[in-house]
Amino acid sequence: MFNRDRWNEILEALTANWFRTLLTAFGVFWGIFILVILLAAGKGLENGVKQGFGDIATNTMFMWTQTASKPYKGLPKGRRYNFKIGDVPSIREQVPGLLYISPRNRLGGFRGANNVVRGLNTGAFNVYGDYPEIIRQDPINITSGRFINYGDIDDKRKVAVIGEGVRKELFEEGEEPIGEYIKIQGVNFMVIGTYSKKSNNGDGEEGQKEIFVPFTSFSQAFNYGERVGWMAITAQDGKSITNLKKDILEVVKTNHTIHPEDNRAIGNFDLYKEFNKINGLFIALKGVAYFVGTLILLSGIIGISNIMLIVVKERTKEIGIRRALGASPWAVRGQILLESIFLTIISGMTGIAISTGIIFLINKILDGSPTNEDSMFANPSVDLTVVFIALFILVTSGLLAGLIPAQVAIKTKPIDALRTE
Amino acid sequence: MIEIKDLHKSYKMGSNSLHVLKGIDFSVKEGELVSIMGSSGSGKSTLLNILGMLDEADNGSYFLDGMPIKNLNEKIAAQYRNKFLGFIFQSFNLINYKTAIDNVAMPLYYQGMKRKERLEKAIHYLSKVGLADWATHHPNELSGGQKQRVAIARALASEPKVLLADEPTGALDTKTSYEVMELIQGINDEGKTILIVTHEPDIADMTKRIVNLKDGVIIDDTVVNQVKATANV
Repeated sequence: MFNRDRWNEILEALTANWFRTLLTAFGVFWGIFILVILLAAGKGLENGVKQGFGDIATNTMFMWTQTASKPYKGLPKGRRYNFKIGDVPSIREQVPGLLYISPRNRLGGFRGANNVVRGLNTGAFNVYGDYPEIIRQDPINITSGRFINYGDIDDKRKVAVIGEGVRKELFEEGEEPIGEYIKIQGVNFMVIGTYSKKSNNGDGEEGQKEIFVPFTSFSQAFNYGERVGWMAITAQDGKSITNLKKDILEVVKTNHTIHPEDNRAIGNFDLYKEFNKINGLFIALKGVAYFVGTLILLSGIIGISNIMLIVVKERTKEIGIRRALGASPWAVRGQILLESIFLTIISGMTGIAISTGIIFLINKILDGSPTNEDSMFANPSVDLTVVFIALFILVTSGLLAGLIPAQVAIKTKPIDALRTE
Repeated sequence: MIEIKDLHKSYKMGSNSLHVLKGIDFSVKEGELVSIMGSSGSGKSTLLNILGMLDEADNGSYFLDGMPIKNLNEKIAAQYRNKFLGFIFQSFNLINYKTAIDNVAMPLYYQGMKRKERLEKAIHYLSKVGLADWATHHPNELSGGQKQRVAIARALASEPKVLLADEPTGALDTKTSYEVMELIQGINDEGKTILIVTHEPDIADMTKRIVNLKDGVIIDDTVVNQVKATANV
């Protein structure tokens, strides 16, 4: 396969008519070019949309209490209830496969009144009582100091981690907030850290204006007792929270004497499901890209096949001579096949090289432009797998393109081939 | 060397078939130089093509060096052609984009011989036909006689048992024709069996035996006194 004569002959045959070879190669080049660009654009869109999820752990559900919508065991419809801190160990015990369960309480909220004071500065912020794991579920970027830890939880320390937005409102420019005290609804908390946060769907500003304090100190300071307002539950890798959700809700329903078919008592949001929906969308998009790209590629391959047929026709006599001299059918067939594979691979690789070059340029331009957090398009790229798939498609299609001409080449009897003038 | 019995061949031309060979019985011994003569349409080229395994007979038997040649598939036919037969054509049939030496080396390439050995052998046969200095020339830089001599070198390169020549001098002027015939006679004198199809009586006279074909049957098969080509040059 790799001897000099054969390659000489391939080059000879392909360079015999430069312009024609170039036009033929263009078909395949264009097909693979479109395929790669489409895939990269799909990936870019995917990256852009997924960036909207921030760094949040996607295998996560959130739940909060609502009112019971069905009477059950003598308890009336419309009853209010609260999660209890005891729900956390009972969920962990009865539902295997969970990674984190973070209960949370909250002060303030949308258009809340000013609730935090420091000296002469006041502000309205969301204040969360949280467990340390929450930082793994909804990551924030600690810019100074530290986040809450279990020491804080166990000792019920009155400490707070504040967002950059909070720091700007309560502290002077250049003032060091760590070690300072802020007063949250009349209770003093010491600032132990500051954070910044990547945006979640454009509420970047709001995301910086939050204060995290230990869950236990929150409950004590603000008289929450054992109440829990909200929970974020993440499943272990490889397990889907969507599948576990039913069990979790069942445990909570049992704990709080809620009718098993009462679907409104526990408000919940399954991030994983939403994430999977979007994932599905992108899988479909990828499918479309492959479909369209492959069809365009196909027309290129038909072009190659066509040209190879003409080449075979032109070389009928030569093939006849070769066969008279003892070329076996496979030697002839192999020659034609190799030629067509060679042509496809060369033009295909050029297509891959140029399209990745363009993607590289686009990335460069995107990187150079000011980062727009809400951009729907980021970092278009193709991975090596795609290149290998494309290469595989090329070799196969080169083979396919050569198959018919090769068959034609050996179908003619040597004597007929020799008679052709 | 060659044994054929009751060979029949017909071609389909639309609805009616053309019976070209009507029972040929013919044999050639080793070292013979035979010419097959006949007017056009007598079936001489068809006979040569069947002998050369380029075409297949409808009926009859064909033994080459004691081996039955029948129902060969293309692969084996190609192997036999390569090993046992050397072809010389009227229109030379050299490959235009290859140099003389590469043309000569071609049958050896299909034998799977290494490039270096191949080229050594090719240059040996090129010098035998007196064209060693033209090894790197392409066919379009050679005269007709030179082309035919390259073709002869190519036919000899695989060291075949039989050389088959189809009107080897048909495209050459008389002088060049005699030069080529001189070469062929020389090769025959070294013991090679050679069959020549021709319709030129003077060329036929330079062989040792003349077989006359007419309408698909042999009408005459006589051993003649060979005229040496050198005498005419």
